[in-house]
Amino acid sequence: MYQILEKEVLSETVKLMVVKAPQVACKAQAGQFVMVRIDEFGERIPLTIADYDQEAETITLIFQEVGKTTIQMGTLEVGDELITVMGPLGHPTPIENYGTVVCIGGGVGIAPIFPIARALKEAGNYVISIIGARTANLLFWIDRMESVSDELILCTDDCSRGRGGLVIEPLKELLATRANNLARIWAIGPAVMMKFVSLTTKPYQVPTIVSLNTVMVDGTGMCGGCRVVLDDGAQFACVDGPEFDGHKVDWDILLSRLQFYKEQEREALAHWLELQAQQEQACALVEVPA
Amino acid sequence: MAKKQIIPHKTPMPEQPPEQRIHNYNEVPYGYTAKQAMAEARRCLECAKPKCIAGCPVGINIPGFLKLVAEGDFRGAVNLIKETNALPAITGRVCPQESQCEEACILCKKFEPVAIGRLERFVADWEAEQGPLPVPALPPPTGKKVAVVGSGPAGLTVAADLARLGHHVTIFEALHEAGGVLVYGIPEFRLPKAIVRREVDYVCSLGVKLVKDFVVGASATVDELLAEFDAVFLGSGAGLPWFLNIPGENLSGVYSANEYLTRANLMKAYRFPEYDTPIARGRRVITIGGGNVAMDASRTALRLGAGESVLVYRRSRQEMPARIEEIHHAEEEGVQFKLLASPVAIHGNGQGQVEALECLQNELGEPDASGRRRPVPVQGSNFYLPADVVIIAIGQSPSPLIPKSTPDLETGKGGVVTVAAETMKTSKKGVFAGGDVATGGATVILAMGQGKIAARAINQYLKTGEW
Repeated sequence: MYQILEKEVLSETVKLMVVKAPQVACKAQAGQFVMVRIDEFGERIPLTIADYDQEAETITLIFQEVGKTTIQMGTLEVGDELITVMGPLGHPTPIENYGTVVCIGGGVGIAPIFPIARALKEAGNYVISIIGARTANLLFWIDRMESVSDELILCTDDCSRGRGGLVIEPLKELLATRANNLARIWAIGPAVMMKFVSLTTKPYQVPTIVSLNTVMVDGTGMCGGCRVVLDDGAQFACVDGPEFDGHKVDWDILLSRLQFYKEQEREALAHWLELQAQQEQACALVEVPA
Repeated sequence: MAKKQIIPHKTPMPEQPPEQRIHNYNEVPYGYTAKQAMAEARRCLECAKPKCIAGCPVGINIPGFLKLVAEGDFRGAVNLIKETNALPAITGRVCPQESQCEEACILCKKFEPVAIGRLERFVADWEAEQGPLPVPALPPPTGKKVAVVGSGPAGLTVAADLARLGHHVTIFEALHEAGGVLVYGIPEFRLPKAIVRREVDYVCSLGVKLVKDFVVGASATVDELLAEFDAVFLGSGAGLPWFLNIPGENLSGVYSANEYLTRANLMKAYRFPEYDTPIARGRRVITIGGGNVAMDASRTALRLGAGESVLVYRRSRQEMPARIEEIHHAEEEGVQFKLLASPVAIHGNGQGQVEALECLQNELGEPDASGRRRPVPVQGSNFYLPADVVIIAIGQSPSPLIPKSTPDLETGKGGVVTVAAETMKTSKKGVFAGGDVATGGATVILAMGQGKIAARAINQYLKTGEW
C-alpha cells in the first residue's frame, strides 16, 4: 500500500499528490511513469512521475480529472492509500546540452514537462517554454516553469491569461523567426495538441519529441494495448517509449485507439457517481435521527 | 490375490452444461465426490513397475497417492503429493495429463487410463475444505537468501522447494497479484482465482516473502539483486505477445490474447462496471490461433456476450496444439472453427475500428520442422469474415526487459534465456532460469518441472558455492 503524504489542488481539474513509494523513488528519472491502481475494483492507469525524492522515498504524481478513475483519485486525501504504484517504467528523457530547446506543456502536460525543462536547463540548454490551457484557472506551476526557463510564454484559449489562442501560435512564430536555432522540441499534453505541434514543426525538420499516454494494462510490454504506429512499424509505448519522434507517429491511429473505450468510460463514471449518491443518501438517513 | 476386474472407462466428472456455463464464469467441471474419487482410484492396477511417475515432470508418487485415495486416506494422499508438488489444485486442473502421466498408465493400452489429474484435483480440494492448509515443519534457516523473479508456476515451485530446505526466499512480482499466467492468462472458468490465491498463501506460509508491484529490469536490475541475494532465479515467463505483421493490426478492436485475457481475468472486466477495467464486448469475435490460449480467449468472448465466436487456425484440427479437452469444451460451447485459414489483412470501417478479417484458404503440404503438415495458401482464395473484435493468440516470447538490463545474460532464438538443462544455470554466475522465460510459451507443469530442477541446483550452489 502506498500512502498519500501531501495533496495539492493545482487547478480546477488538476491535482498533485506526493506518494510514499520507496521502490519507485530510488530509481525514478524525468520522463518515466508509474502504473497506479486506486482500490480493489480499480483499473491500472499510467501516470507520469512529475518529481521524486530518493531520501523521503516519495514520488509526485499529477493528474487531470477526466474519467472515473482520476475523479475518484481526486477525492482521496492525505493519509489515504493507493493499492498499486508500480515502476518506474519507460525510458528516461535523454538529457544533453542541445543548445536552444523548446518545452511545450498543454494542460496537465505542464507537470511532466517541468522536470524535463529543469533537467535541460541544468544541462546548459537555453530553454524556451510555452505552456497553455483552456483558461487561466487551469494553468499552474507558472513560477516553477519561469525558474527553469530563459523565456516563458503563457497561452489560454479564452485570453484570460497570457496570449490568447493555442500553444501552436507562439510555436509558429518561433519557427518562422528562429527555426535554424532550435535544436529540439518537447511537447506534452493532449494527443491532439501533440499532433499539431508535430505537424507544425515537421516542415522545419526540428526534432520533436512527444510523450504518449496510451491505453495500457500492465505497463511492462505484456499486453500490447499501448501500440503506437510509427513510420517504421509498431512499438509499445510502455517499454519502447513513452517518448517518440512526433514526426514518425501515425496520429490518426493513435487518436482512434485513445477513443476506443469512450462509451465504457462514460458508463463506469455514471455507475460510480450513482454509487456515491446512494452512499450519501444512506449516510444522510443515518445522520437524521442523531 | 484375486485378479482385479478392470473397469474400462474413467469415472465421469460432472460438469456444468454448456448452455448454462457460457453465461457465467464458474468453473466448468465440478470435481469428484469422495465416493467417485475412491472408485476411480481403485481402477489403478498397482503395477509392479509403474510408468506413470516417469510421465510426470515433477515426479509425483502417483501409485502411492492413488492407493491412499482408494483407501479413503485423503490426508495421506495430499501430503504425499505435496512432497513433490506444492500446487496440486492447479496442476490437477491445467496439466495436459493425457500426454503425461495418463499417457504412461498401463491401462491406456486397451482402456481409458486412471483419471490421475482429476484425483489430484480432488485431494487438493478436499484439503482446502478442511480449513487452513497445515504448514510442514521447516528446517533451521541456512542464512542463504534467494531472489525469485516472477510468481508464476516456475517461481512458486522454486520458492516452495527452497523454503522447505531452510533458505530465505523473496519473490518479486511485477503485477499487483501473485500467480503470473495463472491469474492473468487462465480464465476463472478453468482455474478459479481463489484456488491460485490459496496455493500462493501456502507458499507464503513456508516463510517466503512476496514483493508485488516490483518490475525486475526497471525497479531493480538482476545485478542489483545479486548484490543482496546469494542466488537469483528468473521465472518471469513469456509475456511479449506476437503479432502477425499484417495490415490493419493496430486498428481499434484488435487485441493480443495477453491483453484480452489480462483485462478479462486479472482486471475482472467481465464484472464491468463493478470493476473499472473495460473490454470490448464484440458481437462477432475472431480469435486467431489453435493453442490453449486461443481456446481460452474464444471461450471468454462467448461469456462476454459475443453472438459469434470464431476461431481461425491455419492448419487442420489434427495439428491443433491445444489440449483435446479444451478443444472439446470450446466446441460444446459453440465456438466455430474456421480451419486451414491464414489471415492476410484486417480491414477497418474507415473510423479506425475493425470490420473484417481477410484470409486465404490453405492446403496441407509436407510436414515441417515441427513434424506437422505445413499449411500452403491457395493463391486467389481470399475470403472475408466480418468481425468487430479480433484476438491474436499465436504465441509469445520472453519480455526483453530483463535481458536488456542484464548485458551478460545469454539469450537464444526468440529471446529465451539460455540455460543448462540439468541445472537451469544461465550464462551468468548465481543466476538460474526456468519456465517460459527459458522455453518460450509452454505448459504450467513443464515450468514447475524446471523449477524443481533449478531448486535442486540452487541448493547445491548455495551449499558449495561452486558454479
